[in-house]
Amino acid sequence: MMNVMRLFGGRAASAPVARERLQILLSHERGRTGAPDLLEMLRSEILSVVSKHIDVDPDKVVVRMDRGKFVSMLEVDIEVPNGVQRSKMVAAT
Amino acid sequence: MAKVLVVTSGKGGVGKTTSTAALGAALAQMGQSVVVIDFDVGLRNLDLVMGAERRVVFDLINVVQGVAKLPQALIRDKRLENLWLLPASQTRDKDALTEEGVERVIADLKTKFDWILCDSPAGIERGATLAMRYADEAIIVTNPEVSSVRDSDRIIGMLDSKTARAERGERVEKHLLVTRYDAGRAARGEMLSIDDILEILATPLLGIVPESQDVLRASNVGCPVTLNAASSAPARAYTDAVRRLMGEAVEMTVPVERKGLMDRLLRRRAA
Repeated sequence: MMNVMRLFGGRAASAPVARERLQILLSHERGRTGAPDLLEMLRSEILSVVSKHIDVDPDKVVVRMDRGKFVSMLEVDIEVPNGVQRSKMVAAT
Repeated sequence: MAKVLVVTSGKGGVGKTTSTAALGAALAQMGQSVVVIDFDVGLRNLDLVMGAERRVVFDLINVVQGVAKLPQALIRDKRLENLWLLPASQTRDKDALTEEGVERVIADLKTKFDWILCDSPAGIERGATLAMRYADEAIIVTNPEVSSVRDSDRIIGMLDSKTARAERGERVEKHLLVTRYDAGRAARGEMLSIDDILEILATPLLGIVPESQDVLRASNVGCPVTLNAASSAPARAYTDAVRRLMGEAVEMTVPVERKGLMDRLLRRRAA
């Protein structure tokens, strides 16, 4: 039926595209609302561990989660300026 | 036992206010006593859609703050004696609405009415969370369009976590109301179909309101569509939805326009 209509100059159906995009998007978003603060928690704990040893700017710690179909990637990006001081906490011990 | 319903959607412009007016009127037409509450503080419109904009004296915030008594703020519909409106304030201080205040007003209304319909503002901010806060059931208004479906999904998540019922470990019964539906376009694959939407949102369907000129015509004149054009397709869809809310088993159809040639000619001239 759909194919016949396409033959007669109808445009390709866009509803299946909408449906698929929504299904993919919502499966990601639902996961996120389940644990909305997971990334923030990871960020602050990673920051506290790293800053025990090196002085880092808290704004330069980025934690990102890229969800893929089969595996997800947790990306931790910490900018460390050259000639950085070792943290005083470590220096004191 | 009074029932508190929230009409919500997340996204704006999908037909929450229109649907609140139509469902409220349809319930009242069936002999139920109904109050509709506008929660859209600062951008009230339910009064306008119901044709009561010139009769607003006091509003929900006045009642919450104790400036006015509830009976002073309630506006009785001109056409249906058992339909009442509690308007929102047009002033901008949204923070005047408190959880305790809203709880008190709703508890009071529960002693006076069979149905309390809360018209939620768009968004997921304070107004929207307060509108759903004390609801027993929720009507999620959705258009067959990606952004509306996505926002509905978000709102469904909030109904399951942010309501008083959810916090007590009970559930808010949810119903999906699809509006502005065009069965022809859905059949041609140009629009998400009812099945698509139901599969994505996994929420029971309350009704399908077809796209129709009668809806705009009704809001133009400030009269709920179930009163203004009772035999029109959208009015029948809302009436069926209300029957289902009341527990009747009504077959799910997409009402279509009934138009004869004369009807069409006359209608064109009238419109």
